[in-house]
Amino acid sequence: MSSTPQSAMKGTGIGQGVALGPVARMSPPPVAPTDETSSLTHHQESERVKEAIEAVAADLTARGETAGGQAQEVLEAQVMMAQDPTVTDAVETHLKDGKTGEYAVHAAFAEVAQTLQALGGYLGERAADLYDVAARVVAALRGEPAPGVPDPGHPFVLVAQDLAPADTALLDLNKVLALVTIEGGPTSHTAILARGKSITAVVGVAEAAQLSDGDEVVVDAANSVILLTPTQEQKDEVAARIAQRAAVQKAPITDGALADGTPIPLLANLGTPESAAEAVELGAEGVGLFRTEFLFLSSETAPSVDEQRQAYQELLEAFPGKKVVVRALDAGADKPLPFLNDAEEENPALGLRGLRALLTNEEVLRDQLSALAEAEAATDADLWVMAPMVSTVEETETFAKFAHQHGLKTAGVMVEVPSSALLAEQILQTADFASIGTNDLTQYTMAADRLLGSVAGLQDPWHPAVLKLVREVGSAGASTGKPVGVCGEAAADPLLAVVLVGLGVTSLSMAPAALADVRAELLLHTKDQAQAIAQAAVSAATAAEALEAARSTATSLAND
Amino acid sequence: MSATRTVTVGSSQGLHARPAKLFVEAAQKTGLQVTIAKGEKSVNAASILGVMSLGVDKGDEVTLSAEGEGAESALDSLEAFLKTDHDEA
Repeated sequence: MSSTPQSAMKGTGIGQGVALGPVARMSPPPVAPTDETSSLTHHQESERVKEAIEAVAADLTARGETAGGQAQEVLEAQVMMAQDPTVTDAVETHLKDGKTGEYAVHAAFAEVAQTLQALGGYLGERAADLYDVAARVVAALRGEPAPGVPDPGHPFVLVAQDLAPADTALLDLNKVLALVTIEGGPTSHTAILARGKSITAVVGVAEAAQLSDGDEVVVDAANSVILLTPTQEQKDEVAARIAQRAAVQKAPITDGALADGTPIPLLANLGTPESAAEAVELGAEGVGLFRTEFLFLSSETAPSVDEQRQAYQELLEAFPGKKVVVRALDAGADKPLPFLNDAEEENPALGLRGLRALLTNEEVLRDQLSALAEAEAATDADLWVMAPMVSTVEETETFAKFAHQHGLKTAGVMVEVPSSALLAEQILQTADFASIGTNDLTQYTMAADRLLGSVAGLQDPWHPAVLKLVREVGSAGASTGKPVGVCGEAAADPLLAVVLVGLGVTSLSMAPAALADVRAELLLHTKDQAQAIAQAAVSAATAAEALEAARSTATSLAND
Repeated sequence: MSATRTVTVGSSQGLHARPAKLFVEAAQKTGLQVTIAKGEKSVNAASILGVMSLGVDKGDEVTLSAEGEGAESALDSLEAFLKTDHDEA
C-alpha cells in the first residue's frame, strides 16, 4: 500500500531485535459459513465433503512428510481427526438436515471441539487442532487457498492474526525475519516462541491488519513499533542496529558483571533437563529457576521419588560446581494438578496453589525434597531449593524446616506476593535467599490477571508500584546479607535488568536466549549508575514514565 | 456373527496419546465394526476422539465388541494389543 513514510504502528515488542523485510501475510481463516440450506442433494453434498476431507488429509500428510519429527506427529494426529468417525458422523447429521457442506463441516467440528474442551486437559488442547482442520476443509470446499504459513520463496516478515502451535511447528525459521501479530499479548504462544528462539517480534499490533504482501516494513521490537515504507535513513539505522546486535550476540561470553566489575551472576530459567545444554552454550552461570512441573503435568498421580531423582540428576550433571535453584512443584491457577487440588475455586490465582497446595499434600513435597537430596548427593552441583508463592513468615519457616530435614542446606522462597515483599526482612531471617518472580508479583500488586488480555495493560513490571516492592526485597537482602535474585521475565529486559540490580538484586535468571543482551547492557553501567537509574524509575508515577526516566538517566550518565 | 469380551488394559499410559492412536489404527485394520466400552460409555473403536474421551487408564477393564465375519479373531488381536505395554518401545 502507498502511505507516507514513518507511519508507526504500535504493539508490544518481544526481545530487543530489529528487522527489515517484505511482508508475507498468513492466509486468514475462512469466513465462518452461515447456516444455509443447500441447493444440492444430500448425496452430492456428502461427496463434496468427502473429497474435501480427503484432499486436506493428503495435504497434511504430505506436509508432515516434508517437516518430519515432532511436526509430522502433530500433523498425522490432525489427519486422523479429519477422518474420525465421531466427526464425520456429526457432519452427516447436518447434511441430512439439508445444510451446505461448508456449514455442516463448520458446525460439526465445532460441536466435537466443544465436547473436547469440556473434558479439559490433553483432550481440551486438541480442540484447537479440530478448529484448524475444519478451517482447512471449509477452504478446500470453497476452492480457497489453505489457511496457514506462506512460503514466498524468500526471507519475509510474517504477519498473522495470531499463530497457533500447529502453524509454528511448520515455520521455517531460517526464512522468517520477524513475526508480527495483530492479536495476542506478551504471554501468547507467538511471544513465547519468539522469546525461546530469539526471533524479533512485535505482538498485538492492531493496525498491522492493513499490511499487504510485499510491503516493506521495519519491525522494531526494542521500541515496540512497526514502520511502514521506511526512509533510506531509517533503513541505514536498522542495518547499523542489526550489525551491532550481531556483535553483541558474538561477544565473548563472560560472567555477568557491571562496568565497575561488580559480579551479577547470569542464570538460566529452565523447564526440562534437556534444555540445559543450550543454556550452558549461551553462557549461563547456573540455573536460577528450574521448573519441576513438567514431571507432574502429564500424570494423574505424582511421579515416584526414583523417577524424579533421575530427572533432577540429569539436570544437575550439566552444571558441575554451579548453582542450580530448583523450585518445588508450583501447581494451581494456570496449571492445575488434580492430585494436589481438584476443588473448584472462584479465584484460582488467590486459592490453594504454590506452597499452599504442597503443605496440604505434604507427601508430595517430602517426596520431591527426598528426590532432590538424592540427586544432589550423586552430583557436584550446588543445589538450592525454593518454595513457590510464599506469603507469610510461617510458611517460610515450615518450608525451610522440611528442606533441612531432608538434608538440603540452602532453602529459599519466591517473592511473588506483595506480603512477602513487604516482610522480606523477617522472611530473610529464616530463608537462605529470595527469588523474585516478577510476573506473579506484578499480577498480585496490580490485581490484574496475567492471562487476561483485557487487563494486559496493567501487567507491566516497569510499574513503580512493582519496583518499590522489589526495592524492599533488595534492601532486606543487603541488611541480612542474603542473596536476592530475579527469575521473572523482567530480568530478560536489558534496561529493566539494570534497574533491578540498582534496587539491590544480586543475580538475574532468564530464558537463555536473552543472556547475551542482558550481559552486554550490564557492562555499560557501574553500580552507582545502576542505582541512579533505578532511583529515577522508582520515583516515576507510571510504568511508561518509569521506562522513560530510566532511559533518559542512562543516556545522560553515559554522556557525562 | 458377533463377539464380546472384557479385557484389563496393560499399557502404562492407558489409552492416551500414542497408545490410543495405535489402538485405533489396529481397530480400523480389522475392517469390522468394533466398539470399546468403559463402564456405561461405549464408543466406536475406529474413532481416536471417542477412544481418548473414554479416559482409559492402566488396569481399567474395558469391553470390546465386534460384528461380522472373523469377529472372534479380530478381538483376539485387539485383546493382545490392549494387554501389551506400548510405552516401553
